[in-house]
Amino acid sequence: MNLHVSGDVAARTLAIVTAMKGAEGPLLPILHEIQAEFGYVPQDSLPVIARELNLSRAEVHGVVTFYHDFRDHPTGRHVLKLCRAEACQSMGADAVAARVKALLGIDFHQTTLDGAVTLEPVYCLGLCSCAPSAMLDGEVHAGLDAAAATELVREARR
Amino acid sequence: MTVKVYVPKDAAALALGADRVVAAIEREAGERGVAVAIVRNGSRGMHWLEPLVEVVVDHERIAYGPVRAGDVASLFAAGFLEGGDHPLRQGATKDIPFLKQQTRLTFARCGIVDPLSLDDYRRFRGLTGLEKAIAMAPVDIVTEVTDSGLRGRGGAGFPTGIKWKTVLDAAGPQKYIVCNADEGDSGTFADRMIMEGDPFVLIEGMAIAGLATGATKGFIYTRSEYPHAIAAMSAAIEIARREGVLGPSVMGSGRAFDMEVRVGAGAYVCGEETALLNSLEGKRGIVRAKPPLPAHKGLFDCPTVINNVISLASVPIILDRGATFYRDFGMGRSRGTIPIQIAGNVKHGGLYETAFGLSLGEIVDHIAGGTASERPVKAVQVGGPLGAYFPRALFDTPFDYESFAAKDGLIGHAGIVVFDDTVDMLHQARFAMEFCAIESCGKCTPCRIGSTRGVEVADNIAHGVEPEKNRELLADLCNTMKFGSLCALGGFTPYPVMSAMTHFPEDFTPAPRVEGGGMSETEKLKGPASYFPSIEKKYGQPIEHWKAIVRAQEGKAHMQIVAFLKETHGLGHGHANALVAATLAENA
Repeated sequence: MNLHVSGDVAARTLAIVTAMKGAEGPLLPILHEIQAEFGYVPQDSLPVIARELNLSRAEVHGVVTFYHDFRDHPTGRHVLKLCRAEACQSMGADAVAARVKALLGIDFHQTTLDGAVTLEPVYCLGLCSCAPSAMLDGEVHAGLDAAAATELVREARR
Repeated sequence: MTVKVYVPKDAAALALGADRVVAAIEREAGERGVAVAIVRNGSRGMHWLEPLVEVVVDHERIAYGPVRAGDVASLFAAGFLEGGDHPLRQGATKDIPFLKQQTRLTFARCGIVDPLSLDDYRRFRGLTGLEKAIAMAPVDIVTEVTDSGLRGRGGAGFPTGIKWKTVLDAAGPQKYIVCNADEGDSGTFADRMIMEGDPFVLIEGMAIAGLATGATKGFIYTRSEYPHAIAAMSAAIEIARREGVLGPSVMGSGRAFDMEVRVGAGAYVCGEETALLNSLEGKRGIVRAKPPLPAHKGLFDCPTVINNVISLASVPIILDRGATFYRDFGMGRSRGTIPIQIAGNVKHGGLYETAFGLSLGEIVDHIAGGTASERPVKAVQVGGPLGAYFPRALFDTPFDYESFAAKDGLIGHAGIVVFDDTVDMLHQARFAMEFCAIESCGKCTPCRIGSTRGVEVADNIAHGVEPEKNRELLADLCNTMKFGSLCALGGFTPYPVMSAMTHFPEDFTPAPRVEGGGMSETEKLKGPASYFPSIEKKYGQPIEHWKAIVRAQEGKAHMQIVAFLKETHGLGHGHANALVAATLAENA
């Protein structure tokens, strides 16, 4: 979904901003929409957003970089998020994370060389009563153990 | 005859395979030529039984759980559609002790109704609170909420009615109701459950808040990590608008109120109310100095009520049943009920709504049933990542705002996370600092710098570097953060750190443990470990990264793994050898 960024970033950004700028406090919804469109927030879209919302480019840059969700580069084909928060720690999330990292051969915030999987930490998916939990491309998984984590990695590798 | 079967669509149930169970039931029913009508309800909150499948037999709901897709054929064979016996049969849902002992006021409908059926909602006393509010003067609605004793369920515990009164009295052409659904605390999921399981109750609560204060626009600010809650909430708002519950004339009252869902972008600090307001405005989620209070100058500088999901979702029943009804539950200055979220290493995890006042020990040992690992409980973190760790010695603490504050803790959003005796409390203290460093908005120095320094000091203690001096330094740093930070992120991070150090001092004295413990592996480690700094420097990866890679090769011989590291990852022989020796020694 995010591999088709071409020269029309500005035009597609403008279409999104134009449609959404009437909302109260439109910047975050716009950035979410842009990330949904491109898979990340391209540098080339920032001047368009700034101009249309009457902000400085620095302000837009400041917002984009403040939030963990917004990326300045594409992810792999799949995004695997592992919860690292306390409830998951209490049920062995650290061991699950170590296993997943080893299986993928990457650390958090990295993408496998074949472009299949990006691994990200997440701090709580609200599934704390059935920990450890993970999210693969928006699908939630709970009660992970070594076997389930291996299966998840296999699914992500597809 | 069509049999009604309930399979939750709550994220916890989905994460445990509820959709696969639904598919299996549909397939099996089709093959057997049986008519079933599947309702996707919210969760009852008994998460160890999820996916919890309920079948309606003689107007009673019979529970089966935890059901996996592979169990479905045997359930049909056992005649579960008629309530037949099966190893997964839990009996009538309402009689399951975990549920039966609760006082469900805010969560009265959660798990019972179809979350997106307004008819269901009305059938279970929905909208009666709003109807009563429409007939009341704004000031009387505020008085009702004040008299109920309801306090902010987000954690701060500020009286909700007083907040509303301030906004009612504030002048302004535009006022807002903002629902803080940025539930980022580990161990909490009450907001998520109510948004997924009974979204109309939040809509009703916000509409009542609007009528009470003169606000005409509401925002629910929730997390991008909650896609299912976002979907349920947005769909419910659509329905409410279509049915005239929201819009230019709320239920024909002639008074306007409408709302929308806004999604954060992965910043924990946006759960702090002023950072949340900045984020809603499209800015960096930086904390604002108070005053001015949001009630005077909140969203877009307009008077704004900002309340937690559970506070707002508790309002409809207060208006419906009256302030006295609600206030009669609870103890001391903590009135009403609190949805306790039991999480972490427990047998019976889930949501337990009850009047304030249960002891922590009752919750952990009896309701939660102890640890899932069957090991002794060592520590319980109450109130999320900024909450204190409680040892067994403090298990007599009653669950209310004041009692926990008296023990240097907080109930926060009422999440409790249980740890067994394998937990290293120094590691947990370090994590609290690390988390604060990752999530700090950067506005104030004690939080921004202090958290990073805190990680370093914790590491020094762990490495046995002047441990006594560094423990003092850590306590001093916590003191600075507690009193010098602008908001609860920096201000409360000391709670987990200090409680860990106070109640579990043995975990903060690693140096004597090494010498006196007779751990011969540690001696061996000294050799390979001496390579670690240069390994980290040369290859740019932390040692843990390499250890994980070595562990994944388990089963292979030492020299095979060394060869693997050299060939696949380009490590030198000495470095590879040191890593393998150190990692395998840990497992020995």
